[in-house]
Amino acid sequence: MTEYVLILISAVLVNNFVLVQFLGLCPFMGVSNKVETAMGMSLATTFVLTLSSVLSYLVYAWLLEPLALEYLRTIAFILVIAVAVQLTEMFVRKASPLLHRVLGVFLPLITSNCAVLGVALLNIRQTEPSFMSSLTYGLGAALGFSLVLVLFAAMRERIAAADVPVAFRGPAIGLITAGLMSLAFMGFSGLVRI
Amino acid sequence: MTILTAIIALLALAAVFGALLGYASEKLKVEGDPVVDQIDAILPQTQCGQCGHPGCRPYAEAIAAGEEHNKCPPGGEQTIQELSDLLGRDFLPLDEEHGEEDVKRVAYIREDECIGCTKCIQACPVDAIIGAAQKMHTVIEDECTGCDLCVEPCPVDCIDMVPVEETLESWHRERPPGVGGRPETYIPVENLA
Repeated sequence: MTEYVLILISAVLVNNFVLVQFLGLCPFMGVSNKVETAMGMSLATTFVLTLSSVLSYLVYAWLLEPLALEYLRTIAFILVIAVAVQLTEMFVRKASPLLHRVLGVFLPLITSNCAVLGVALLNIRQTEPSFMSSLTYGLGAALGFSLVLVLFAAMRERIAAADVPVAFRGPAIGLITAGLMSLAFMGFSGLVRI
Repeated sequence: MTILTAIIALLALAAVFGALLGYASEKLKVEGDPVVDQIDAILPQTQCGQCGHPGCRPYAEAIAAGEEHNKCPPGGEQTIQELSDLLGRDFLPLDEEHGEEDVKRVAYIREDECIGCTKCIQACPVDAIIGAAQKMHTVIEDECTGCDLCVEPCPVDCIDMVPVEETLESWHRERPPGVGGRPETYIPVENLA
């Protein structure tokens, strides 16, 4: 149990995928204009990350490893991720057409979100990969992504109403904010070690 | 031999996933565009055409297809705010090219001057005017949306647009400005160059 808690804390805070490992920056900058959109994106990404993390572990453990095809892992994982994203897209379109419209192109772009492939690949590099540990790792990565995305969106909403110096308006102040957040998250390093 | 195993393994994987996706696309099929209905429900249904579309429904379809959502003067700021919330777009001030927001009005026909020409009846998009040829016409106040379209065709100019008085039932508090909006009491901060 402690092991899973450690994996979770490590993935959410210490090795946060966005702010510490710098993976998945495209949706981080692209979908953070409004908190509600960011929430929708977080939910979609959480679902995809967790699902693809588990599925790719299963594909690796049950198909690639027994057949000694480990070198095919990247292409097999991309296939898994594409399927997971497609499923999510269909589901979101059915369940919430508005969210589907708001997320627009960023929803299919989860496929090319490198955090998703990153999680799948880092998963099997753990010392003892198992179903539960890959589930926890995927969930942790997703929670970390959601956390910083929503925090960042909330800040950008404030910034939109703030009186920013002209030269820094728009993406410039966004990037500076992201950098400061990243610095803040580096304060977590050394909290847990796995 | 290894290559053959690899090809078969990946093909099998792809076939399984393909079957899954095919099943899901049948299960989760969506018909029509439900967003248009939701936009249409927010628009004031005056059918006035001030937005440049023949009615509220066509404008709802145009908004769903990406048109700006600030072209509806009868709806005013409140409609724009609701549309912004619904669509996740930024709040935009009313596009003045399409008219200015005004207090709610209804048409009133000065009945002794009416000659019974039926031109206003044909112009009314919501059938709020009753009357027959050579007979006096009148406006059903509850049905009138205040779109002004009947004023122009009247040959004797006997139609007035009268503001609806605000009663305790119709009064509502003004909404605070949304994100990016400025309150009226806003004091700008000067940047030091």
